[in-house]
Amino acid sequence: MSEKCYVARSTKIAARMMGDEMMIMLAPDSTLFTLNEVASAIFNAADGTTPLEVIVRERVCAEFDVELEVALKDAQQVVKELAGHGVLLVSDEPITKPRAFAQVAR
Amino acid sequence: MASLNTPSATADVVIEIGGFPIRLSTDDTAFLEMLKVRYAGFVTSGENARIEFDVMLAPADTMIGNGDVRVERESGRWSMGRGDFEADWNPRAARGIIRQSTNPYSINSVLRIVHTLLLAEQGGFLVHASSAVRNGRAFLFAGVSGAGKTTMARLAPPDVALLTDEISYVSREEDSYHAYGTPFAGDLGRLGENIRAPLAALYLLTKGTENKIEPVSAAEASRALLENILCFARDSEVVRSVFEAACDFVCRVPIRRLTFTPDARVWEMIV
Repeated sequence: MSEKCYVARSTKIAARMMGDEMMIMLAPDSTLFTLNEVASAIFNAADGTTPLEVIVRERVCAEFDVELEVALKDAQQVVKELAGHGVLLVSDEPITKPRAFAQVAR
Repeated sequence: MASLNTPSATADVVIEIGGFPIRLSTDDTAFLEMLKVRYAGFVTSGENARIEFDVMLAPADTMIGNGDVRVERESGRWSMGRGDFEADWNPRAARGIIRQSTNPYSINSVLRIVHTLLLAEQGGFLVHASSAVRNGRAFLFAGVSGAGKTTMARLAPPDVALLTDEISYVSREEDSYHAYGTPFAGDLGRLGENIRAPLAALYLLTKGTENKIEPVSAAEASRALLENILCFARDSEVVRSVFEAACDFVCRVPIRRLTFTPDARVWEMIV
């Protein structure tokens, strides 16, 4: 994953915050994911235009008392896993049109 | 492809589940009588059916087997099937056709699928749960096979009206939910009563050595509910609807963990 990466929520999911956890269901096959508070913070901030590093600094380090380097490494792993399942989209450029991005990523 | 008997002089039966009457027409009088017996209590007059299905019966040995259920939407029409049945349903025309053998489980499967699709449109669902009415309020007992759904039904005292011991019917009406009786029976082998009541609570069943009711988090309740909701369709729109329905339900209806030992005292807690 590059230094400057952008993440966006996929359009092929349904998601709802239930208590402290983000519930996510993949629309095509009903696979259910539950995110913890840190992953939920990243997911909620994944607007496609804010760099992951900024999300981690402002939404994770500021809230959860963790060093940027450690948090960023963990965040990259989380993003990689969620992107692998189709929950998030990842790019080294801002993602303004998730559908168009999906076509490029193929 | 199995050879099929085209209906000639047809007769019909209207089966109303969840307040939604569905007409089944066939030229096979023996099959029709079987339906009337099997769905006794859910058969209504034929004037107000909201969906009409023609049932075409194939020889018993030509449509057999189980396998996975397939439910797909194409151009606004639903196509569903398994080894023992094939069905097409056009919601806009409110008409469909079912091809199956005389196996009653086949028609039962089609009805379940159709009702899951109807309920998904209005925020309701079918769920693996027994359910019953006590003091005018409905209680659901959800769990996978072996969790105790039928046991709870068997232990119910005389003042409890059983809605089902296997598949519960949850309908949403604005911000409230109602449970309906269903003919979808489990090991108890008994149809539910064809009544409805406002939903008071859903209990997630666990067998244990004592009877106790414990709170569960919203996330745990959502996960457990979603695991038990029947959703046959591989269709993004339906999956989203079911997900939203489950989350809305968790936000509005009390959900608790019920650990119970199999004796009738557990019902002292269900009031």
